[in-house]
Amino acid sequence: MRRIGDAPATRAILITLATLLTTLFLVVPLASIFYQAFAEGLAPFWHNLSDQYTRQAIMLTLLIALVTVPVNLVFGVFLAWLVTRFSFPGRRLLQTFIDIPFAVSPVVAGLLYLLLYGRTGWLGSLLSEADVQLMFAWPGMVLVTIFVTCPFVARELIPLMQAQGSADEEAAVTLGAGGWTLFRRVTLPKIRWALVYGVILTNARAIGEYGAVAMVSGTIRGETVTLPLQVELLYQDYNTVGAFTSAALLAAIAVVTLVVKGVLEWHTQRRGKRHA
Amino acid sequence: MLTTSPLRHAALAATLGLAFAGSAAQAADRTLLNASYDVSRELFADLNPQFVEQWQNDHDETVEIQMSHAGSSTQARAILQGLDADVVTFNQVTDVNVLAEQGGLIPEDWQSRLPNQSSPWYSTMAFLVREGNPHNIQSWSDLVGSDVSLIFPNPKTSGNGRYTYLAAWAATQQNNDGDEQATRDYMRQLLRNVEVFDTGGRGATNTFVERGIGDVLITFESEANGIVQQYGEDDYDVIVPPVDIMAEFPVTWVDENLDSDADRALAKAYLEFLYSEPAQRTLAENYYRVNDENVSEEFADRFPQTDMLRVNDVFGSWDNVMQTHFASGGTLDQLQRR
Repeated sequence: MRRIGDAPATRAILITLATLLTTLFLVVPLASIFYQAFAEGLAPFWHNLSDQYTRQAIMLTLLIALVTVPVNLVFGVFLAWLVTRFSFPGRRLLQTFIDIPFAVSPVVAGLLYLLLYGRTGWLGSLLSEADVQLMFAWPGMVLVTIFVTCPFVARELIPLMQAQGSADEEAAVTLGAGGWTLFRRVTLPKIRWALVYGVILTNARAIGEYGAVAMVSGTIRGETVTLPLQVELLYQDYNTVGAFTSAALLAAIAVVTLVVKGVLEWHTQRRGKRHA
Repeated sequence: MLTTSPLRHAALAATLGLAFAGSAAQAADRTLLNASYDVSRELFADLNPQFVEQWQNDHDETVEIQMSHAGSSTQARAILQGLDADVVTFNQVTDVNVLAEQGGLIPEDWQSRLPNQSSPWYSTMAFLVREGNPHNIQSWSDLVGSDVSLIFPNPKTSGNGRYTYLAAWAATQQNNDGDEQATRDYMRQLLRNVEVFDTGGRGATNTFVERGIGDVLITFESEANGIVQQYGEDDYDVIVPPVDIMAEFPVTWVDENLDSDADRALAKAYLEFLYSEPAQRTLAENYYRVNDENVSEEFADRFPQTDMLRVNDVFGSWDNVMQTHFASGGTLDQLQRR
């Protein structure tokens, strides 16, 4: 029996089509970012990169990622461990709640935080009495980024940990392992690669997040402008090379992320085969 | 346990360095946050260093002016929600009014606190046409020809677009002795000729210049001249119609965000500086019209004579304008219905 796609002509057409579309929709735009950034040579690129505001935008972006990733790493592991290793009422509900940040548009997320923590918000009015500036300052931007990126680690871990089951942990407990030892010596080695993968995704999103951060930023130049916001500001300033320089930086991070992700997947597959 | 490896120290220093790089950059004695509209970046980049220098000379203090730019309605919202702006420099009177009415952050009579109704500079609407003005556009009535395609931002979302709408309305109303039906017919055709409705002024500029769409871009005179400077004098002409509208650029200090008398004094001095001759000269160089007599004379050839109508005189108040024309189901919506 012949299946669709067995004919050499069909195969060739399908492959050409897929390659063409991928090139057209993904590769060309990405390449054009770098082309535009270097359109006027290397000097303007460096000049834009060393611009004070761009530098501060890079710093703030890194700061946000630096806080967000560890917080969500701990949170994600804890949550995944909780829902896969223990059985308690509301477990499924909790699993659904994890997905809220994925389901909600980032702009809405930013707005919710603004309404809650802004000057007129429930908690915001208390904060402003205590002279704490959360929104329109970097702590608020960190907060919304944590919200937007919090499912990544948990989402990577939960399916894996469910598939692995808790037999190993149960054995360890009968052998007298305490909670921390159990986690460190038994659970962690089994989920290591998924964890790294979750961290990479969290990091990529924390660096690239626009919508939620834009809502609570107030776009104070040199203070609350992250790289994605800087791209838009520079573009509106008619500074095309500057905008594409910052965009190229973000794209470079994306490419590095993809490469690391590829290497990890390759690594896990090879390990999987060796074990099988 | 705690081995003092140099590598670990370097890593820690780097981490802390990142975290505090933002705050370390501000070694200034005082900071002032100016929340402004989104096309004022180049302008304040020119103005701020002058004030910083002046303050340094007079008070022996270093001041850092921080800028926040976005659409002025967005800015007003942000300030209501807690953006800690010390002064606002907007392009919409209504957006400053919001701070008084909804937030109680400034007194209702804020416009009387500084000269010229708290508007240190003003502008009007201009037509940017392609080289040689092929459609011979000179006044508002030339815009409704069936083969003329227009670009201006959506009056619903943009102050820039609102002024265009009001200028067209006011000029036509004056032209046909107040026959409202004729004005409505004109407006209907005008809106029909719009090729692309961008959400803001800069978006409209990009559509016209970068994408090459449309025969006429209607925007602030200052923006139109800025485009000519930026993209070459051979490609575009700026035309100011004989009857036009006065676009005010209101400024005020935000009382509730100023905690001390010293902060208040700084904010006030900053805004008063905008009325000084050097600042007015910088404004005129950026193609904004000013009231300073010396500077106006000096730059007279940059600003064509036009009969400039005021929104308050033609339409009553801004509140009234917003209600009748731009609210949901208002005149603008009616005119766009086919």
